[in-house]
Amino acid sequence: MITAANIEKPDEFYAALVELHAGLDGQESLRLNAALILLLANQIGEAGVLSEILQVARQVLVSGSGEAEPTAATAQLV
Amino acid sequence: MTAQSHSLTRATNKSRAIRRTYAGVVPAEINRGTPGHIPVAIIGAGPVGLAMAGELASRGVSSVILERAHTSSDGSRAICWSKRTLEILDRLGVADRMYAAGVTWSVGRVYAGNTTTPLYSFDLAPMKAQKFPAFINLAQYHVEEYLVDQLTSQSEIDLRWQNELVALGQGAAGVTLTVQTPAGTYRLVADYVVAADGCRSAVREMLGLHFEGRTFEDHFLIADVRMRAPWEAERRFYFNAPFNEGRTALMHQQPDDLWRLDFQLGADIDREAALQEKNVSAKVEAMLGPSIDFEYEWVSLYTFQCRRMRQFVHDRVLFVGDAAHLVSPFGARGANGGIQDVDNLGWKLAEVLRGDAPRRLLESYDEERGLGADENIGHSTRATDFMTPKTPAARAFQSSVLALAVDFPFARALVNSGRLSTPCTLGDSTLITADTTTFATPGMQPGAVALDAPVHCQGEPSWLLHLLGHDFVCLVFGATVPSALPPRVRLVVVGRDFIDTHGLVAARYDGTPGTVYLIRPDQHIAARWRHPHPEQIRLAWQRGLALT
Ligand SMILES: Cc1cc2nc3c(=O)[nH]c(=O)nc-3n(C[C@H](O)[C@H](O)[C@H](O)COP(=O)(O)OP(=O)(O)OC[C@H]3O[C@@H](n4cnc5c(N)ncnc54)[C@H](O)[C@@H]3O)c2cc1C
Repeated sequence: MITAANIEKPDEFYAALVELHAGLDGQESLRLNAALILLLANQIGEAGVLSEILQVARQVLVSGSGEAEPTAATAQLV
Repeated sequence: MTAQSHSLTRATNKSRAIRRTYAGVVPAEINRGTPGHIPVAIIGAGPVGLAMAGELASRGVSSVILERAHTSSDGSRAICWSKRTLEILDRLGVADRMYAAGVTWSVGRVYAGNTTTPLYSFDLAPMKAQKFPAFINLAQYHVEEYLVDQLTSQSEIDLRWQNELVALGQGAAGVTLTVQTPAGTYRLVADYVVAADGCRSAVREMLGLHFEGRTFEDHFLIADVRMRAPWEAERRFYFNAPFNEGRTALMHQQPDDLWRLDFQLGADIDREAALQEKNVSAKVEAMLGPSIDFEYEWVSLYTFQCRRMRQFVHDRVLFVGDAAHLVSPFGARGANGGIQDVDNLGWKLAEVLRGDAPRRLLESYDEERGLGADENIGHSTRATDFMTPKTPAARAFQSSVLALAVDFPFARALVNSGRLSTPCTLGDSTLITADTTTFATPGMQPGAVALDAPVHCQGEPSWLLHLLGHDFVCLVFGATVPSALPPRVRLVVVGRDFIDTHGLVAARYDGTPGTVYLIRPDQHIAARWRHPHPEQIRLAWQRGLALT
């Protein structure tokens, strides 16, 4: 799995990703994300990489990154 | 419409009425008083128990089949019989009859929403030139009847209708069975018991054993209808079927203008209402359209489970078929999986009873068919979960896969309407010897089932699998034949024992001169080499019989 920055024009991509969901309700967004994941997964293809990505994504959710209490490091930045 | 005058009760009885009944058997033991001692007792004369008796008889092993009922299978159950099942049952002499009577098919069409244009189609038999097709459709009770016809003339088989097993005890001398018949109760002692008594296995209960795994809430309605219909003999599967309130539906052709319709109904349904004629007919008519007249032959509801016993071998009691494992019907892996149990266990039990292999060989049945059961349960669970998404996210993925599949081939690989039964490959089994050189034959690695191919033998067209038969076989390509073979291993030399008329044996087995395959009695590949030393063959053979 690639963990170094690999997306060309990251800010533009991120904005486009969020924009894609504009005006959709929860279920529609879920379906859109599902389609995106499937298309992206087909680009990757490799079973080992895909399974690693699944695990990492789940770990991120479990460890709550993004929504957790600010850690000492981020607290300092704030 | 004429169909509406046929009540469902009458329909159900009609299907029951065409089943054959057999005379109950009053065995000699009842009057003799002393229990008879037999090598093998098979509990249950479903497709799996019957095939087991035939397989054992073909190896000279006598058995008694105890069957509670006196008819073939109740109602309408399995219809799809796989190529591998036909190959196995060919050794018992019933596959030609099944093939002739059944509807041959290999194409599946998958629809989503739109019922006129399929989302995509698949062909299950891209490799032609084999004796049997990917699938035939034929009612389970016909298959059972053919097996009974074939078995009753064999002296090794004692098929006892209306003989119900009511108690069982394992001891040093064997397994003691208490059997109830309308004429009284008697006892038998068997060296081994093969429990083929179906999903509610009485033997499992008697030993205090259980199933593990998942049960599903979804109800399905099956209707077997007789009609003249213009459709091809194909499997048609519908997602989001407009004629079934957006749920799934399945259609299969059977012989004699009989069709199997299968409708998903969902969880928490009113079972009684679901079976009322007006409700069933509303679905059937919506599916078939207004121009088709039909008559019901069978209507029922079913739910299913994906479960197995943790162990299939319990001392002298061996579990096979639905008694050992259960799957959903999507994928046709129930009876087809059970017939593969028979294929795996038959030769092993015969070897052990003859004293040619240790009891340990029976443990490998648990290992190898455990692998098969897990594979079948995995496929059947994944198919079920795809068809019936259980969370909002799962629903979103299903709907996106179906939407993407319209234009993008990659997404079609993710559409799961049931992965149809294929033989299990036993690659990691302790009996299998791994490759030490490379072969250009995908799917033919050690552990896989040997592929069929057309050949000529003594001037007559024949098939490779027929010639391999049911012994350990050394299949040799080229002029150099191994100088010594282990005992009871039959030598089959390409070009000497048969002509590889179309070169397909060489192509399918990557059979360059000097290539040798060791093939097991169940036609799985035990090992293969280029120019092996006889010692290598002997070691692989020993390993294949659990002698080492
Ligand atoms: C709707 C439906 C569709 C299906 N479609 C397919 C398909 O297309 N392809 C496929 O491969 N599979 C299919 N299956 C599964 C298939 O029907 C079963 O896997 C198959 O019947 C299992 O065979 P069996 O011999 O193990 O058990 P069974 O057929 O259940 O036979 C067990 C026998 O044991 C007897 N018995 C039970 N207890 C005792 C006792 N105490 N003493 C004596 N006898 C006893 C019973 O009377 C019965 O005859 C389908 C199932 C259903 C419900």
